Amino acid sequence: MKFLRNILDKIEPNFKEGGRFSFLESTYDAFATFLFVPNHTTKSGAHIRDAIDLKRTMSMVIIALVPAILFGMWNVGHQHYLSHQIVDASFFEKFWYGFLKVLPLIVVSYVTALSIEFAAAQIRRHQVNEGVLVSGMLIPLIVPPDIPLWMLSLATAFAVIIGKEVFGGTGMNVFNPALLTRAFLFFAYPQHMSGDNVWISNQGDAVTGATPLAEAAAGQDISLSSWDMFLGFMPGSVGETSTLAILLGAFFLIFTGIGSLRVMLSVFAGGYLMGLLFNLWGANEFMLMPAHYHLIVGGFAFGAVFMATDPVSASQTNTGKYIYGFLIGIIAVLIRVINPAYPEGMMLAILFMNTFAPLIDHYVVGANIKRRMKRALTQK
Amino acid sequence: MSKRIKIKKGLDIKLFGEAERATANVFYSATHAVKPPDFMGFAPIPKLLIAEGDEVKAGTPLFYDKKSPEILVTAPVSGRIKSVKRGAKRSVSEVIIEADREISYIDYGSANPNELTRDEVELKLLKSGVWAFIRQRPYNIIACPEFRPKAIFISAFDTSPLAPDYDYIVHGKGDVFQTGLDALRKLIDGKVHLNIPESEAVSDVFRNARDVQINTFTGPHPAGNVGIQIHHVDPINKGDIVWYLNPQDVLTIGHLFAHGKYDATRYIALTGSEVKSPKYFKTFVGANIQNMIDNNLLSQNCRYISGNVLTGRKIEQDGHIGYYDCQVSVIPEGDYYEFMGWAMPGFNKMSVSRSFPAFLFPNRKYKLDTNYHGEERAYVVSGQYEKVLPMDILPVFLIKAILTKNIDKMEQLGIYEVCEEDFALCEFVCTSKIEVQKIIREGLDLIRKEME
Repeated sequence: MKFLRNILDKIEPNFKEGGRFSFLESTYDAFATFLFVPNHTTKSGAHIRDAIDLKRTMSMVIIALVPAILFGMWNVGHQHYLSHQIVDASFFEKFWYGFLKVLPLIVVSYVTALSIEFAAAQIRRHQVNEGVLVSGMLIPLIVPPDIPLWMLSLATAFAVIIGKEVFGGTGMNVFNPALLTRAFLFFAYPQHMSGDNVWISNQGDAVTGATPLAEAAAGQDISLSSWDMFLGFMPGSVGETSTLAILLGAFFLIFTGIGSLRVMLSVFAGGYLMGLLFNLWGANEFMLMPAHYHLIVGGFAFGAVFMATDPVSASQTNTGKYIYGFLIGIIAVLIRVINPAYPEGMMLAILFMNTFAPLIDHYVVGANIKRRMKRALTQK
Repeated sequence: MSKRIKIKKGLDIKLFGEAERATANVFYSATHAVKPPDFMGFAPIPKLLIAEGDEVKAGTPLFYDKKSPEILVTAPVSGRIKSVKRGAKRSVSEVIIEADREISYIDYGSANPNELTRDEVELKLLKSGVWAFIRQRPYNIIACPEFRPKAIFISAFDTSPLAPDYDYIVHGKGDVFQTGLDALRKLIDGKVHLNIPESEAVSDVFRNARDVQINTFTGPHPAGNVGIQIHHVDPINKGDIVWYLNPQDVLTIGHLFAHGKYDATRYIALTGSEVKSPKYFKTFVGANIQNMIDNNLLSQNCRYISGNVLTGRKIEQDGHIGYYDCQVSVIPEGDYYEFMGWAMPGFNKMSVSRSFPAFLFPNRKYKLDTNYHGEERAYVVSGQYEKVLPMDILPVFLIKAILTKNIDKMEQLGIYEVCEEDFALCEFVCTSKIEVQKIIREGLDLIRKEME
């Protein structure tokens, strides 16, 4: 690798201030530090540092997404062939069909998000932040497989610019950028994001194409078994269908210490509890849907594991994380059941709680301050 | 009345190069230095009382801060002032003394502290310069004699990486140590706390200490940090002052009263993975490290640290040990590029996150270098600091209050209870590589200025 390093060392001056390509400094920096962890040594404070950095952290999240991506690709093909009543399609045919559908989504989302991030970094003369690598992977997983690519690109651009860069980049954003992409599409192009005809790629006439949530919202019996829904054999956004694949990612995130167990657990707890409450109420068919169904249909699991846990837009305090997650679970199910317009509530619940996360923290911090004041008084 | 406290959060960093419990036979440091920057809160240019070429004895005043002329800093050894090193804007960075082979002392008169009045004890400490070893929280500065603290804390153990073993250092010095404690007790109406680890091996010198409250602690680093101990035993509220010392400082006070001289003897632990034979050296405050590391290193490109690897200061290969330090750490420099380092499995790397295989070997020792292992970023990951800071403090919120210079918030969030070293582990684990200790110091300086 010496050879590669030598090349970099040789071309580096061109990209530094005063060099011919100094307008590409951030871009050069991003690639150079991608290839080589820099030789920076500690100047002040602790002389030794933990081996982890943001690149490592973000690549762990991507690894956690792999089961959901792979299953999603297969399921896109599976649902497609199913809707055409082609029952003898092989595993590889299905996967290949889905692969060809999903790959362009991933490419478009990455190209859009990365180019904006590179440009923004250059304008601010900052380094490129790795957070965009995760957003770029999350976005294709939460859209329907047939979403037009230009729409995806437009929505991604909106989310990255308005959702993140205007606040100062990764770490400063108020909302989860990936979810903003979805929200943008949802409100700008509802015909491509809702209804019964968007969730199966190139749908045939053999099935209705309704997701279990849509069935439940319409007061029908859900046509799938709970095992099918847990494993993910249902129409839906690319990566959200398989609770099992998502849970695999969740275990990885929790084990590596990167995803917050507090948030994930409390989202599931909140959703389940709200489901139970509706069961008790029981005013209509949807309310009577078994509470655990809420956790395995739609985007609930994906949102809980990969969206709600985004550390930047979630609550920062440990106590706050429990409250934040719990409320997401409750509100997601509340929107699903009570709201007549659209059957899914996870996206709106998380974005809503993103808004309130700082408020939750404010009260947790306030409690800490009060404890300290009280201590001062009792000791005197 | 003594307390038993269990610290649950924290992290023991296990490194190669622990000092063997043995002291080098003969050791002579040709020069000793006293560095004004070691005294937090001193103005950059102290009032110098000596000039180059002057002869000094151990205990001769060298300089004082203009705001507190009663606190003298005195020479730890006798000899000749070799040079006064200046830094930026004529600030004084080092006063270097060429040391005599045989130290001669100024006689401050021996006395039993129990028979002296409080003012007499105080005056003796101030005149001899030994007072400078008494430091205070908040701010981590030399104790101000005008204000009495509510308590004095002595941490009799150090949990930081490769830390010196005080049980070994104080062994057999029980009488002097007790004399030091007696003098301290005389200074205040409140309690003197001596904090020891819960272990069979604790020296009798500590166990048998009289007229002090002995508290026991268990748990990982930073259980040995005096700031953590204060927080759990008798926390600092706004307006409170607590003094603290380390055991060798108590010995110096003991010597002053027992023998009437400023005995700046220090046992220094030479540690670190790059040291051939890590062990203890008996010398005086501010010794030069050159003779310690001569023919005693395993590699050339090293970082020399006065103190431990988490909180110490970088010094040169022929630099002098800091005034309050009793440890020197030598670790490899990390000025290398690592190909795809963030993506590789990284079997030889240490990390508290389980994104590296380090978790498979919980008891492994490491040879860590000074590489950042990444670049500075905005805060992204949350909840990291809380895992290694055993205090009821919200670290990131405090740091953000400091960065925004919000004095009220800093007070409310507990700035008075903390100092840099308590946040060293936060800095170590930080994914975003934020310079936490530097920020905390800026916060302390800012609030101190505001309070004056």
